[in-house]
Amino acid sequence: MPDQPVARAEYVREQVKEQNFGVVRKPLTVGERIWGQSAVRKAVILIVLAGLWQAYATYLNNTLLVPTFLSTVQSFIGHTLTGELPGKAWVSIKVLLQGYAIGLALALAIAVLAVTSQIGNDLLEALTAMFNPLPAIALLPIALIWFGLGNPSLVFVLVHAVLWPVALNTHSGFLAVSNTMRMVGRNYGLTGVGYVCRILVPAAFPSIVTGLKIGWAFAWRTLIAAELVFGTSSGSGGLGWFIYENKNTLDIPSVFAGLFSVIIIGLLVESLIFRVLEERTIRKWGMHLQ
Amino acid sequence: MSTAGAAAPLLCVKGVTLQYKTREHLVTATYRVSFDVHPGDRFVLLGPSGCGKSTLLKAVGGYLNPVEGEIVLKGKAISKPGPDRVMVFQEFDQLLPWKTVKQNVVFALEASGRLRGKEAEDRAMAYIEKVNLTRFAESFPHTLSGGMKQRVAIARGMAMEPDILLMDEPFAALDALTRRKMQDELLQLWEDTRFTVLFVTHSIPEAVRIGNRILLLSPHPGQVKAELNSDGDDSVDPALGSTLSERIHKMLFSDAVEAEEVHPDA
Repeated sequence: MPDQPVARAEYVREQVKEQNFGVVRKPLTVGERIWGQSAVRKAVILIVLAGLWQAYATYLNNTLLVPTFLSTVQSFIGHTLTGELPGKAWVSIKVLLQGYAIGLALALAIAVLAVTSQIGNDLLEALTAMFNPLPAIALLPIALIWFGLGNPSLVFVLVHAVLWPVALNTHSGFLAVSNTMRMVGRNYGLTGVGYVCRILVPAAFPSIVTGLKIGWAFAWRTLIAAELVFGTSSGSGGLGWFIYENKNTLDIPSVFAGLFSVIIIGLLVESLIFRVLEERTIRKWGMHLQ
Repeated sequence: MSTAGAAAPLLCVKGVTLQYKTREHLVTATYRVSFDVHPGDRFVLLGPSGCGKSTLLKAVGGYLNPVEGEIVLKGKAISKPGPDRVMVFQEFDQLLPWKTVKQNVVFALEASGRLRGKEAEDRAMAYIEKVNLTRFAESFPHTLSGGMKQRVAIARGMAMEPDILLMDEPFAALDALTRRKMQDELLQLWEDTRFTVLFVTHSIPEAVRIGNRILLLSPHPGQVKAELNSDGDDSVDPALGSTLSERIHKMLFSDAVEAEEVHPDA
């Protein structure tokens, strides 16, 4: 056993010039690039699901239980061309947007109050603990007594569905803003509204977007459920009422077409509005990993 | 170095005692610390961890009020944060991730009400050029390296043209090579614009290199131990027969020995 490591000569090497390399960056093949799009992968999943649906319904051969995918699409296109489905969907969306907007504004106000004062913080915690577990639809009977038959009751229920989850998410986002960023804002003389709008809201944006998505889903669910239960009350009736009506006449493909449009609107909002919002904000800023 | 001479100091820290609360204790971070910073100084606060140097810098920043003594900038006592004392932090997240490099600098100018629109943009670009980041003016912070982020933060601070720039271990999170380069760049920037900077560090070589005046603090709680001059090249002082960093090392080291000797009896 030698007690010294083996003596080795030193060496210095010439570097190979960059242009003498064969390939440093190899472009992906067309197939790899197409498969790399999440929209493509999701489309494949949807097509496979639709295929399974069609196969099972054809095997079952019972239109009253499960109509085939194709007859659903047929009914969907038929009702769309007559303008019945778009009209009903628009009635639903109009009410939905009112409730969503009011809910968001209230949620932001409460979250700001909670982050600026101790008593506001306690208020938010107490209110969300009480009202968040309460299903919005359970308030509909009371809303009908308070606001009568019509849109105001639906809007009230929607606000309740949106307010608490959004406020909770926004608040936790505000709390997670790093102390350094807060100090930076104060260093440049920001206080009050300027501080909230220019530091807290953008810094908490990842949580706020999550809150917006959850709020949207809650609002949509609540609205359809409310229309199914008290559909006639909302005047001309929305998608929920469309589903309810067609169930009564045992036009099951149309019931599926109604559900189908609920799903499609959900997918469109997710992939067009929220995805674009994320691309333009938190992904561009590199904040989506947090 | 005879920079300011008899002129009035820019920043006076007079007998400042700082305390902060943790969950269980009231901690005294510094005890009756006094020092003066003159215009054009590169004033370094140096000491081991626990000597309250960062707390002291936060107090100068106005984030924390002294329980005793006062901090006076240009004849006015400091009571809250403000854009006349810009802070450069150690953390990389001091840049706002939703703004590009240029927007980050412009944001500081506009939020503080210094400049607006085109003027703010021109000033921002001038300082971004000073830190050699013109090519990255439209990039978002998450695409930059650590050293580049700190350069943006320095550009943002300097663009404000504050009375005093406060730097809290701004290079501590960088690798040794980048750190060395950043120190050189900071000195070069100082040669160009002669700003006043209060710099906190726990590294003796960094203090000797960056500072023209070094305040040495002892820990638990922070108290002034010495105030020394540095010419930056750390050569052997013929009168003392040792370099500046050796002297500083000895002063900090003597503390450790004392502490060990005292401990068994206590």
